[in-house]
Amino acid sequence: MSAPHLSVDRERCIGAGMCAMTAPEVFDQDPDEGLVLLLHTDPPAPHDTAARMAAGVCPAGAITVHDPRDDSL
Amino acid sequence: MSASLHTVTTLPAQRRPGCPFDPPAELLDARSHGPISRYTHPGGKPGWMITGYDLVRSVLADPRFSSRKDLMNVVDFALPPAPPGEFLLMDEPDHSRYRKPLVGKFTVRRMRLLSERIEQITADCLDAMEKAGPPTDLVTAFAKPIPTIVICEILGVPYEDRASFQEQIDTFMGGEVSDEELIAAYTATQEYLARLVAAKRANPTDDILSELTDSDLTDEELKGISLILLAAGFDTTANMLSLGTYALLRNPEQLAALRADPALTDGAVEELLRYLSVAKTFHRTALEDVELGGQVIEAGTTVVLSYHTANRDPDRFADPHTLDLHRQAAGHLAFSHGIHQCLGQQLARVEMRVAFRALLDRFPTLRLAVPAEEVALRPETADIFGVKSLPVTWDRT
Repeated sequence: MSAPHLSVDRERCIGAGMCAMTAPEVFDQDPDEGLVLLLHTDPPAPHDTAARMAAGVCPAGAITVHDPRDDSL
Repeated sequence: MSASLHTVTTLPAQRRPGCPFDPPAELLDARSHGPISRYTHPGGKPGWMITGYDLVRSVLADPRFSSRKDLMNVVDFALPPAPPGEFLLMDEPDHSRYRKPLVGKFTVRRMRLLSERIEQITADCLDAMEKAGPPTDLVTAFAKPIPTIVICEILGVPYEDRASFQEQIDTFMGGEVSDEELIAAYTATQEYLARLVAAKRANPTDDILSELTDSDLTDEELKGISLILLAAGFDTTANMLSLGTYALLRNPEQLAALRADPALTDGAVEELLRYLSVAKTFHRTALEDVELGGQVIEAGTTVVLSYHTANRDPDRFADPHTLDLHRQAAGHLAFSHGIHQCLGQQLARVEMRVAFRALLDRFPTLRLAVPAEEVALRPETADIFGVKSLPVTWDRT
């Protein structure tokens, strides 16, 4: 499986911190506003699974996974 | 389709005797018939009850459903809008205006930095408990003081005011007093917070409320925000700590696994959140006609979302009625979902991780001091489910 390409929407982000908790190697929160910071746009294994999970649990739908497999379809 | 639609008749539904951790049988039964049921609100207004995980989650993420208090269609008179600052009962953009200034103060990183202070607070509570000796009530010795001290320190409530403050919140969230007493406790809390906001504005100290006086929020708005943070930050965690300990004591194999492996703590907290779902139900009102689970929810109709049955949905969690601390419980709805997902969830997690761990480490022989079925439960009318008291004992070393 190739690495997912990630993007985040800070306008949608509500700062719940689920991403920084679920995939701390990939996401953080900026210290002032508490909104999502994307540390790796193409997280390699072993962090890609956690990154996908973080996208899935984000309460505001602020994380998008652009999967290379889907792009080829 | 609607001919076979299930109907939920009563709320609050009662739990089955001996099964304090399971959702009421009527709601579990409803879920087994499908994720959505017909339901009539206690005031007589027609509504819907949603008990399935996927459907609850989708409503929470759907801007066509409103959290506004003044749109709630549950009684035959109009409810007033939420007071300034009480953003839980508001939609965008009002909700964000209040939530945004707070978000940076509750990040994962900031809450982890608080761990050391929370460990100290917990150790002090356990010292006092040990010194007083067994038996004790775990609610008053442990479950309530820890989150109360933490949220009061974060917000800046003076130490000497904590006891009376805790009592007022108990009164208006405990579900056991008359309307008059409830209004009196609510009013007293409002008046106290108004004085506190004025004091912080005059003499800012090192706390969130003082920091917020530096924003464009009015005193009235700060009062509303404080009420939300204090009530949500204390009653929820307090009940998770006491009910969670009760659940562990009634599942000795799980308790033994947690005692044996500290690395299990984070996952155990998530599973206890899922399994117990102390914040049981929330309301949303349709802003337009919405098709949901094959039904049309008409604009203006209020739906009840059952978080507890959603978190026990067999389509989402295998063997959902088993407390399994090794389970992957991520994605549970105990902190809700969508834009209103709990602002203080990372604080709650740190408190629970620290407090459960410290309790088990300090008292290796902790056990119930009364027969399990005699533990007094909060009534279903309480906003947050839990135990009223939890008598425990242990062997002195």
